[in-house]
This record gives sequence, structure tokens and C-alpha cells, in this order.
Amino acid sequence: MTVRILRPGLLMTVQDLGRHGHQHVGLCPGGAMDPMSLKLANALVKNDVGAAALELTVLGPDLEFERDALIALVGADFETNFPTNRPVLVEKGTRVSISRAARGARGYLAIAGGIAVAPVLGSRSTYLPGGFGGIEGRVLKRGDLLPLVEDADKLSHERFDELKHKRANSVRWHVPTVTVPDREPIVLHALEGEHFGDFDANVQRTFFDTVWRVTPDSNRMGYRLAGPTLTRAKEDEILSAPTCLGTVQVPANGVPITLMADHQTTGGYPRIAEIASADVPRLAQIAPGGTLHFARCVLDIAAELRKDASTRLEQTLRGIAWEYGK
Amino acid sequence: MPKLAPLGAVPLGDCAVYIEFSKELDLEVNSAVQRLAVMVHGRALPWIRDVVPALGGLAIHFDPDEPTVHGDALAAALNLVRDCLKEGLPKADDVVRTIEVPVCYERDFAPDLAEVAAASKVTVEEAIAMHSGSEFRVLMIGFAPGHPYIGGLHPKLSVPRRATPRAIVPAGSVAVANDQTVVYPYAISGGWSIVGRTPLKVFDAERQEPSLFAAGDRVRFKPITRAEFQKLSK
Repeated sequence: MTVRILRPGLLMTVQDLGRHGHQHVGLCPGGAMDPMSLKLANALVKNDVGAAALELTVLGPDLEFERDALIALVGADFETNFPTNRPVLVEKGTRVSISRAARGARGYLAIAGGIAVAPVLGSRSTYLPGGFGGIEGRVLKRGDLLPLVEDADKLSHERFDELKHKRANSVRWHVPTVTVPDREPIVLHALEGEHFGDFDANVQRTFFDTVWRVTPDSNRMGYRLAGPTLTRAKEDEILSAPTCLGTVQVPANGVPITLMADHQTTGGYPRIAEIASADVPRLAQIAPGGTLHFARCVLDIAAELRKDASTRLEQTLRGIAWEYGK
Repeated sequence: MPKLAPLGAVPLGDCAVYIEFSKELDLEVNSAVQRLAVMVHGRALPWIRDVVPALGGLAIHFDPDEPTVHGDALAAALNLVRDCLKEGLPKADDVVRTIEVPVCYERDFAPDLAEVAAASKVTVEEAIAMHSGSEFRVLMIGFAPGHPYIGGLHPKLSVPRRATPRAIVPAGSVAVANDQTVVYPYAISGGWSIVGRTPLKVFDAERQEPSLFAAGDRVRFKPITRAEFQKLSK
């Protein structure tokens, strides 16, 4: 069973939770930019939370399902011809239409049974810089046929039948999207990076005082932030060292870059800050032109943020499981 | 070998820590870091996701909420490293591979070889002999999947990076700059001088071992003819 892509939207790729265990050979984990939304979308169609789904960026696609399918779109607030943030049973031949995101940048369209592309190094995620994973390691295009599991239609009907509060082809409830901001600038908690002390006090203050704007040349590898130029006081070369999802590095041009899902595993630029891991999915929901600022944070706060986020996710996942009759 | 002790443990956010041993490139420290990484990786602890040896230290990426961490993952990572150091690092000969990389140094695969030779005041043949006659060692993998930074370049061949980087360097290109040599895994932009090309795939996600190189590998470049290159490319 397949899904046909009638119109691809912008930068649509297959993503799951990525591939860990390969950073020593230079391959970052990759995966969904906003894993929280991916997990919710999957849970809404009763998939494993890490199943492969479609990651949409700013402008969604038009799709046609070969047979009936249970789907859920979670994340950015896209204009659609079906209800979002809840399971929806779409009939075969229906044109599923997703246009612009009014709020947020990324959406995850999960389909019962998941997208059945072959895993590469333990993940179905598309890794664009390396050209593997997903469909031929590339962005999806018009005419592509996405493989679903063989009995996806049967599975979809079985699962939809299990739902308690149905209304026509959907349900009367929806899940909250916690990563999509109501207003900007969003606040990102950030720890001081290894080279924070290499910047003088004024620059350090500027870093935390500025409302930064995400530039158009931002992508799945990193976001560039427009604002004042950050000049490092020291001029010595920095030995290339490992980086992490959420690292904020400052190249010689003084324009900070936040490292996102498909980041390089090492870098020789000064690392001014490290964004708390719980805040990275919220950053992924900021589109080019969107704004943010940094709030100083320490490890204990980062741990609390992580705990809050995971408690909230667990609660929602339990709620969804209950609606499925558990 | 001087006693290896961490300079510090720098949090890379709340899910990784960089344990630093040197702020400068020190080949002995670099080799020790690689063997330490092998050891840490070998412990196969459920809370550790990635162990990344770099030039002067290693990063441990972890799941801070994995139940077996029991509290502070940062401290646990540092303790683990101290524990491994106390136990003693494996000998390089026990963990390090030697790999031979065929390289075709023919002109169209090596657009900068003549320039490098001229800058080094040697003939092209001598430059090839110097590049293929040295024993190299992989100092770090980074920049792109499978992309090795390889130390041991003959000092005479050490040229600075090119003023204008090339927009696209073909995959497999072998290039030199600043005491090091690299092999480009993909067609990407690059500012190093290209002296040859290998027909081997540097990174292949479909291969059992995706990366041709690992940090610490001893590397030799073996000159091959164009015919051999074509044959090995198949």
C-alpha cells in the first residue's frame, strides 16, 4: 500500500528518532527536528512513538492515499482540509491537503503502521547531507510513492474502531502541541559553553540581552541568528572538538549558529552556549524570520525542564492510550 | 608515556560532556584519547549513546534519564573515564588497525599536485613518493560522516589551505594542508590541495562498517594506475 505525493510542499522528508551510536565516525543522530511532536503524532495512530513519519516544513503537501488510512498531523499549525492533532481516518482516493503553517515551522504526519522504507544503520530517517535514509536520502518530490506496511488499511480500521469517542471519521478531542510557540520571541534556556569566558563581559551580556532572528539560510543542520556581531576577545585557534545538538557556536564572522538535528559532530568554532535539550524541539518550531532570546541556565534547571517536558508527554501519551480503550 | 589526566569535564548541554585532556594537538594525548574511547565504548553501558574521540579529548553523549545512571550523568561519565584510566589503556598495537588506501595520483585526479610539488621544491614524482611513503595516523573523524583528519604528512608537503576553497571537491579526493591529509567522503566544498583520488568509498551507510577510517587507524597510501583505479571503482 502506498501514498502518492501530488504536491510536495517545502522540504518534506521521512524522519523517525534518528540513529545513535555513529558519532565517532562523524555521523550525527539526525531524526525529527521536533521529536516531541513526532512521538505524539505516532501515538495518535497507535504506532510506536519512534515510527517513521513525514516531517513537513512551513508549507505542507497534497497527498493521495491508495487505500483507507488512519493519520494524524501534529506540530505547527498548518491549514488543512482535515482536523489536526487527533487521529483521522481518511478514505482511499481522498486528497489530503496541507498548506501553510500559520504558527510553528514543522509538522509530523504519522500514518498507522508507519512509513515502510528500509532502515539504514538502524533508522528510517532521511539524512540529506549523506544522501541516505528515507526515500533515496532526499527531499520528497511530486509523484513519489511512499511505501506503507502491507496491511495498513486493515490496521487503520482496527485501530480506529478501538477509539472511544468517535465523530464521523475522527474524534471529538485533540492533543495540545507543546512545542509550538503562542508568541515570539521564545525563550531558550542555555548553559554557558566551553568558550563563554573567551567573550568579554559586554558580549556575554549582549548574547543574553538580544532578541535574535532566525535567518533564511537556516536548515536541518543549523540555524543562523541575525543580531549584533559577537566578537571573541581571544584570537588563538581552537582545537576542533565534539559538538552536540543545541550547541551555539560563533564562527569568525560573529554570527552565532545553533546546531540542529543534522549537525556536524565536531567543530573548531568557539562554543558560546549549549541550549538545554528540552528546549531544542521548541527551537525547531521557529521558522526563518522568527525570533528568540536566551535565558541563562544551569544543569539543574536543564534537568527540571527535561523532567517537565517528559511528564507532560507521558500524561498526553497516557490520555491517548486511554482513548484507545486502555 | 606521561600520566593522562583530564583537564576538565565541560558539559555539552545536559546530554553530553566533553572530557578534555589537551587544548593543543599533542599526538601522544591524541592516541591515548582514542584508546580511552575504545575502552569506554567497550563498556557498552546502556546510558551511553555515543563516545566521540576528538583531537584533544573525548565526548560522551548520554541519556541523563536512563535508570542505571543513578543521578548525575556528568559525574558518572567523569568517574567512568577515571576508572578506565586507572585500569590502564589498551596498547595501541592491540586496538589499532593498519589500512592501505589505494590512490591514483594522475593529473586529472590531482589538480593541485603540481602546485604542491612546486611549492615544496620537489618534482611531482618525489611528492608522490613522499605522500605514499609516509605512515599516517587518523587523528579524528569529523566535519562529515567518515571524513578523516590524518596526521603524519611529510613536512615538505605541508602547504597552507587554499585562499579560495573549491565549491565541489569530488568524493574520494585526497588532499593536503597544514601537516595533515584528508580524504573527502562526499562531493563537498573544500579548501585543501587535491593531490590524488581513491576509488574506495570513504563512507557507505549500506556497508557493515560504514566508515573506511576510524580514529587511530594507521594509514598508508598506495599509488595505483588509472587502470587500477577504474577496476577498483567498480
